Amino acid sequence: MLKKKILITGNEAIAEGALAAGCNFYAGYPITPQNELIAYMAKYMPETGGVFIQAESELAAINMVYGASAAGARVMTSSSSPGISLKQEGISYIAGAELPAVIVNIMRGGPGLGNIAPAQSDYFQATRGGGHGDYHMIVLGPACVQEAYDLAQTSFALADKYRIPVMILGDGFLGQMMEPILVNSKSPASSRQNEQKPWVLSGCKGRKPNIIKSFALAEGALEQLNLKLQQKYKVIKNKEIRFEGLFLDDAKIVLVAYGTMARIAKSALNRLRLEGKKIGMIRPISLWPFPQKAFCPRNKKAKYLVIEMSYGQMLEDVQLALNGKAGLEFLGRSGGGIPSEEEIINKVKEIL
Amino acid sequence: MEKIFCRPESLYDVPTHYCPGCGHGIAHRLVAEIIDQLGIREKTIGIAPVGCAVIAYDYWKFDCSEAAHGRALAVATAIKRVRPQNIVFTYQGDGDLAAIGTNETIHAANRGENLTVVFINNAVYGMTGGQMAPTTLLGQKTSTTPSGRDRVKHGYPLKISEMLALLPGVNYIERVSLHNPQEVLKAKSAIRQAFENQINNMGFSLVEILSPCPTCWGLNPKESLDWIRDHMQKEFPLGRIK
Ligand SMILES: Cc1ncc(C[n+]2csc(CCOP(=O)(O)OP(=O)(O)O)c2C)c(N)n1
Repeated sequence: MLKKKILITGNEAIAEGALAAGCNFYAGYPITPQNELIAYMAKYMPETGGVFIQAESELAAINMVYGASAAGARVMTSSSSPGISLKQEGISYIAGAELPAVIVNIMRGGPGLGNIAPAQSDYFQATRGGGHGDYHMIVLGPACVQEAYDLAQTSFALADKYRIPVMILGDGFLGQMMEPILVNSKSPASSRQNEQKPWVLSGCKGRKPNIIKSFALAEGALEQLNLKLQQKYKVIKNKEIRFEGLFLDDAKIVLVAYGTMARIAKSALNRLRLEGKKIGMIRPISLWPFPQKAFCPRNKKAKYLVIEMSYGQMLEDVQLALNGKAGLEFLGRSGGGIPSEEEIINKVKEIL
Repeated sequence: MEKIFCRPESLYDVPTHYCPGCGHGIAHRLVAEIIDQLGIREKTIGIAPVGCAVIAYDYWKFDCSEAAHGRALAVATAIKRVRPQNIVFTYQGDGDLAAIGTNETIHAANRGENLTVVFINNAVYGMTGGQMAPTTLLGQKTSTTPSGRDRVKHGYPLKISEMLALLPGVNYIERVSLHNPQEVLKAKSAIRQAFENQINNMGFSLVEILSPCPTCWGLNPKESLDWIRDHMQKEFPLGRIK
């Protein structure tokens, strides 16, 4: 496929990746720091023949995405933290009705209206389901603009493969930072029209009526639905783990960070390595399923330092992965504060 | 012998779960009859609400989607935009359409979405056991207005159809009732009009149906029909609104 190099923000790269993946329906509501994404979709979606709607609220947007997915479109919505909170009921319905959908959260500071600074404090909400009921989304955390573009395409493939909502979890930095990336051409919306989705609502000509729903009132029916979902989650946990590991062979201290935080951690790691310090790193890319199996380094005495733009949310997944078998430290700031390279280096030296 | 009356093809041959005297069953049947008459069953997509009609798809024999409480018109908007060749309609109660979903209702109407809306006004929240709805009459007793709806504490019955009629995107609004056979026939022709409008790409069409809820009104089925005639109709006058 023809590739070209462009300079673009993370928000736009996600939109561009979605269009390359054949996204043909987008509905969203403006909120900083993801506004470049909705504007990009407004501008370029019509070129590919797809549908763009500026919804009257995040509630409407997520329910439009639900409807469009039920009708067989490749769908996406995006927002930032408060807007994602509003979407939770709809996401739960999407999970229950087993509809493919891609949801982007470019996180900002919370709680409440918080601020518009980058943050990672929606990790719990994203990885634990977020809305009501026993469900999961696949959650992917890109760390640079190219990866945002690539994971946008991956997200559509996973959403379709498992009939599941997939969340791209970025932060305000990633969303608004510009980097050069390599891109494929956009797919015309029509190229997706004939995909095999026998469950889609298209009119019941020549077949029995299809119903899209999450409601299961008959005795035992909802338990059956939940068992089916759990089975699917088990397969995903086995097959869809993604992470980057650095220097895990000899590391005495393993930094654990995702997204933008991982880039800062990597800079700190490089400086510490130049000083001859044995530092490694795990960068989870799939945040759900969490890459538990990454946490078995050759060096059994390695200690872990989790670094987040929150007061310790991914920390709990690392705790579960380590199960008390290794030392664990934490460095985190939130509400717009970001652990700096220096802070990380100082913390590492304190532990060493 | 010629068969002159039978079950519409768009309706499964199953009993409904509705209470005796409830209007939902009649309204479901009217929708099914019109869909048959227009020959659009195989391209219709219905949106069932959250409310007493939540399992309408167990009665209608065509493609259907559930929508979260109040969000039927967001779901319908998207389906129609993705599949403009299909016929898409919502079926919603007054709590769904005029309280929790007011925003979606107003904006779908204002965008002039080419959709058909069947709006069941029974002046209460039926499914949750008869609480005050936006359409509850002044003085009407419900489980959350035990001494009757009081305009000072609870505001006035919401005339959402009249409000929607102000919007330039709206093509057709009519209020009908199920309280006697003549009115049922008028309801049927209004529903037909609302579907024909969509077939002819004429934009947003809504039929508000005053519908009895004997269980939550604490009346028997006959008294419920009289209550529509004597009370509900006065607050919600029948006829073409737009
Ligand atoms: C978000 C949400 N809030 C509340 C409910 C509970 N609930 C279910 S139906 C309903 C009211 C339905 O009333 P109406 O729309 O008037 O329809 P009817 O049952 O009278 O036909 C409510 C409040 C819900 N399911 N979801």
